[in-house]
Amino acid sequence: MSSPNSAYPDTPATRTKPKRHEWPLWEVFIRGQHGMSHRHVGSLHAPDEEKAILNARDVYTRRNEGVSIWVVEARHIAASSPSEKGPLYEPSESKVYRHPTFFDIPDEVGAM
Amino acid sequence: MTHTAAYFEFLCRMGDNTLVLGHRVSEWCGHAPVLEEDIALANTALDLIGQTQMWLGLAGEVEGKNRDADKLAMLRDVWDFRNCLLVEQPNGDFGQTMMRQFLFDVWHLAMLTELKNSSEQRVADIAAKAIKEVMYHVERSGETVIGLGDGTSESHARMQKALDLLWPYVGELFIPDAVDIAMAEAGIAPDLGKLRDTFDAQVGDVLAAATLTIPDGNFAHKGGRSGTQHSEHLGHLLTQMQWLQRAYPGATW
Amino acid sequence: MYAQMVKSEAADDSAEAKAFQARIDAGEKIEPKDWMPAGYRKTLIRQMGQHAHSEIVGQLPEGNWITRAPTLERKAILLAKVQDEAGHGLYLYCAAETLGVSRDELTEMLLDGRMKYSSIFNYPTLTWADMGAVGWLVDGAAIMNQVPLQRTSFGPYSRAMIRICKEESFHQRQGYDIMMKMAAGTEAQKKMAQDALNRLWFPSLMMFGPSDKDSVHSTQSMAWKIKMNTNDELRQKFVDQTVPQAEYLGLTVPDKDLKWNDEKGGYDFTEPDWDEFFDVLKGNGPCNTERLAARNKAWDDGKWVRDGLLAHAEKRSIRKVAAQ
Repeated sequence: MSSPNSAYPDTPATRTKPKRHEWPLWEVFIRGQHGMSHRHVGSLHAPDEEKAILNARDVYTRRNEGVSIWVVEARHIAASSPSEKGPLYEPSESKVYRHPTFFDIPDEVGAM
Repeated sequence: MTHTAAYFEFLCRMGDNTLVLGHRVSEWCGHAPVLEEDIALANTALDLIGQTQMWLGLAGEVEGKNRDADKLAMLRDVWDFRNCLLVEQPNGDFGQTMMRQFLFDVWHLAMLTELKNSSEQRVADIAAKAIKEVMYHVERSGETVIGLGDGTSESHARMQKALDLLWPYVGELFIPDAVDIAMAEAGIAPDLGKLRDTFDAQVGDVLAAATLTIPDGNFAHKGGRSGTQHSEHLGHLLTQMQWLQRAYPGATW
Repeated sequence: MYAQMVKSEAADDSAEAKAFQARIDAGEKIEPKDWMPAGYRKTLIRQMGQHAHSEIVGQLPEGNWITRAPTLERKAILLAKVQDEAGHGLYLYCAAETLGVSRDELTEMLLDGRMKYSSIFNYPTLTWADMGAVGWLVDGAAIMNQVPLQRTSFGPYSRAMIRICKEESFHQRQGYDIMMKMAAGTEAQKKMAQDALNRLWFPSLMMFGPSDKDSVHSTQSMAWKIKMNTNDELRQKFVDQTVPQAEYLGLTVPDKDLKWNDEKGGYDFTEPDWDEFFDVLKGNGPCNTERLAARNKAWDDGKWVRDGLLAHAEKRSIRKVAAQ
């Protein structure tokens, strides 16, 4: 399922198994408010892009999080390789959309 | 029949439809074919339960007998329910559930579209809120009916079977009685017969794309909306839904 | 916990593994394409998979009461909560998929018993008070573990946990809210509330797993920051937090040896019956058979739907290409 530049790695587990009849994986990007850019919020499975958008609405906007949805099949995402100099300093800036500070953590999470 | 009695009946019809269908759809939670569908079905059920609270809440106010939405939902017996027969039919397989949903959704959207212009402001307000949810329901159930109808030979056969089974429950949605006529004359609700063309056009498009065939014949089961003759299924549904309230009268939860 | 007794693979002592450990020690997040030891990958797949399975099987005991909820509002809240659990399972499966295993593979391993889910979901929900107790105790115990896991070293897991914790903030509260209503209600309701606490107290303590202070698996997982606390630490914290909440409800924790210990600044309490715990893990809990049967039925009955929608998608894409 992965090309060399895919955002997902190949592992021996996926290489040795026969190809499955499985719904493909989609990455979901949501514009939270007018004027903001789309942000990566997570992934889901869907048989095609129409259904992927519907599923994204149901899965990722349960709490009114979005005004616009993008989906792209995960295998179409090209990703930069980790630095040749070693694994130590891959800049997190290359995946801004993956940055956890995007999310607000409510105070009550800690409280209860 | 007084105006108030007819108005109350009408509101119960709207609220009982969403109550019973919402209950049916909620039965899927944790058992759907794939996680994304499980989550989507729960969203539909949640929308319908929310709409029930609005319709039956208003019904209770109009009736003026100190019955709120919960009392109406939990403490009436079968003969007082005014939902159409279609929504009380069992879930069957996933295809049957989605076909039932689609047929109801298309009628529901046409109805709410008219109710947005109701002479009763509170009805118009509920319709305006519900219609946003129902537009999505139609889109989702329609896509699913198309996908499964035009999918594998097995999924096609199952969807055709579901359509054959459920089609005789469609007619009831469009047959006006004294309540409907009174509501139409008061400008509260539309002439039901007028919704049929919109329904037929939209259902026809989707079923064509789904490669499904509408069964011959105009036979329509009746008795749900009037409450005169529900199916046996409704009693079992109420047995579950109302159990706690019946077993422990007066308790607050 | 939702991931109980996850066996950790051993680390290797290559230069890469040392550099990898240094990144974790420095608080960096590991991302899917980064180099990682095979053991880290395997252990994480096992842990996230089990965590996800627990969310999905965890829908069933509460789903058992959706159609019997006593009011429309309670029905909506419970449905929204059980739906969230499906969502949380989905997020966790997707996070595991970044490691190269597919969701369907993980699902099949759950269904044929190769992978486990939390012991707690093999207990029955017998009255409406169990909806309160599950939210209060089971979600309360889960949150103990999930809040620190937001800081776990694997980026996708951490992000899933952040989203999950954010959404879960209402779960424990809705449970406690049900308990408050029951405990202040009729005699029958009070009896239900106490009965629910009696049945679910020790199974909730079991969620944290047996003591692991001497376990090599836990030591390795903690070094990799995929486990953040020992089981005993979390269990103690849970008891200390929960006992006053039970007292507020006027309910009795079913442990006659429970008492405050000034010296350690926490409660002394009776350990759960670990023989029972291992029996449940082996498949002998009160509901193991029903839970797995329900998941297998959903999966088997759903096959034609998954296949049908995929077949339609393939037809549609062929038509699109043909039209271009």
